[in-house]
Amino acid sequence: MFEKYVIVPGTLRNVVESGRATAYELGVRMPYYRGLGLSMVEDVSVTVDGVRAEPAATTFTVHGNSYPLTAMGEVVDDRWELGEVATVRVEHPGGLAAGVHDVEVSQRLRISYMPVPGGGRARAEVELSA
Amino acid sequence: MTHRITRGVSLYSFQEEFFLRTMTIRDAVAVAARIGARDIEIIPEQSIPGFPHVTDAWVEQWHATMAEFGTRPLAYDFFLDTLRHPGRRLTHEEQVASVRRDVDLAVRLGTTMLRAIISTPAEVLRDAAPYAEEAGVRLLLEVHAPFHYRHPWVLQHLEVMDALDSPALGFMPDMGCFVERFPRVASERALREGARKDLVDLVVKTYDDHGDVHGLMDTVGYSGGGPVEVGLARQATHYTWRDPRMLLEQMHRTHHVQAKFYEMTDDGVEYSIPYDRIVDVLVEGGYQGCLSSEYEGNRHVQDAFPVDSVEQVTRQHAMFERLLSRHESVPTTGPTTEQEG
Repeated sequence: MFEKYVIVPGTLRNVVESGRATAYELGVRMPYYRGLGLSMVEDVSVTVDGVRAEPAATTFTVHGNSYPLTAMGEVVDDRWELGEVATVRVEHPGGLAAGVHDVEVSQRLRISYMPVPGGGRARAEVELSA
Repeated sequence: MTHRITRGVSLYSFQEEFFLRTMTIRDAVAVAARIGARDIEIIPEQSIPGFPHVTDAWVEQWHATMAEFGTRPLAYDFFLDTLRHPGRRLTHEEQVASVRRDVDLAVRLGTTMLRAIISTPAEVLRDAAPYAEEAGVRLLLEVHAPFHYRHPWVLQHLEVMDALDSPALGFMPDMGCFVERFPRVASERALREGARKDLVDLVVKTYDDHGDVHGLMDTVGYSGGGPVEVGLARQATHYTWRDPRMLLEQMHRTHHVQAKFYEMTDDGVEYSIPYDRIVDVLVEGGYQGCLSSEYEGNRHVQDAFPVDSVEQVTRQHAMFERLLSRHESVPTTGPTTEQEG
């Protein structure tokens, strides 16, 4: 229902440590009308130029709290708020090349009253920011 | 006929603006007050950062906002995250505890009508009812499309209500049960997304004729429809049309009404839902409660148009005023919180 706003323009950037790009990150919103406990966020998968990020290489951050994507199922005391821009970080030695990238975000949300998984896909052309 | 129906707004109506941070709760309450919708419904999981940890400062601000605008807190929509933990369902005791937690929060917010999401098991409401009764609030099952009062799932709740006879249990029907015409905001969006016109027409006509929509997704697929056309067909199976007189069946247990809508037209009517008949049925049945706006059209227009939830809600209340003015109102200070005599 909010797929249009999932991928936040201007948030794709490389993470530079000690002068070297080690990862990239992207700002992502949840396409849902309420906040959701992180234990119910089953997957937030980023694909850039056809390359899907490994869950083990993905870190999810909301309001300053970071969690390995693979450990989100245990997080019952933190939430992804309505419309909150989470930062998804993907370890990627060398970072992304400058320019425009084809970005896809696929989310799977475990919403108790829905008979099928929530979430969905969003795709956009996004320019790497400095 | 005389009526004792009040007007209100669910903050759900402004989800687009809340999502994009272009409106605050205070802004929304100001709008409600301006259009005479004095009863406020809140979805705490949407509107309160950090839920379920709600600070005293937040609660104080909430009541200050109500006082500032002369509105009153009325309804609280709860969810029941039975699938909170991977691989297991909440136990019965955990589910009851979740409802009791929401009762406690509702008391702090001053909201007396709790929306029990349709997925709440009857035995959970049964075992939470004494706690709600003690707290002076009601647990109202949301009767939401595709459900109705004779649906087996709802019958389980009716059995509990009959057996318990508690003033704390009842219903909160969603007017999305009465979608008479396929919302054109949905079909027009499908066309914008490139759907084949003949297949969109088939979906809309089948729905509008109140025909059999069970095989519609298949039919659209067999006819060469892709994801957009099949998605539209699926929407046709999610909407439901029933005669609004269905509301009379459980009027004595109806303490709140969610006035779902998709599009208020330039002519001041809802395109899909016959509110003129709905209001007349509510008056006929002696409904004493609120018509609480639930705008849900944003998701169908946001791709191409600016969403203006304020304008849509304002139009809906102009319609409510017009429809209610055909009946004589009985002045009252707090119809929605009174116990039945």
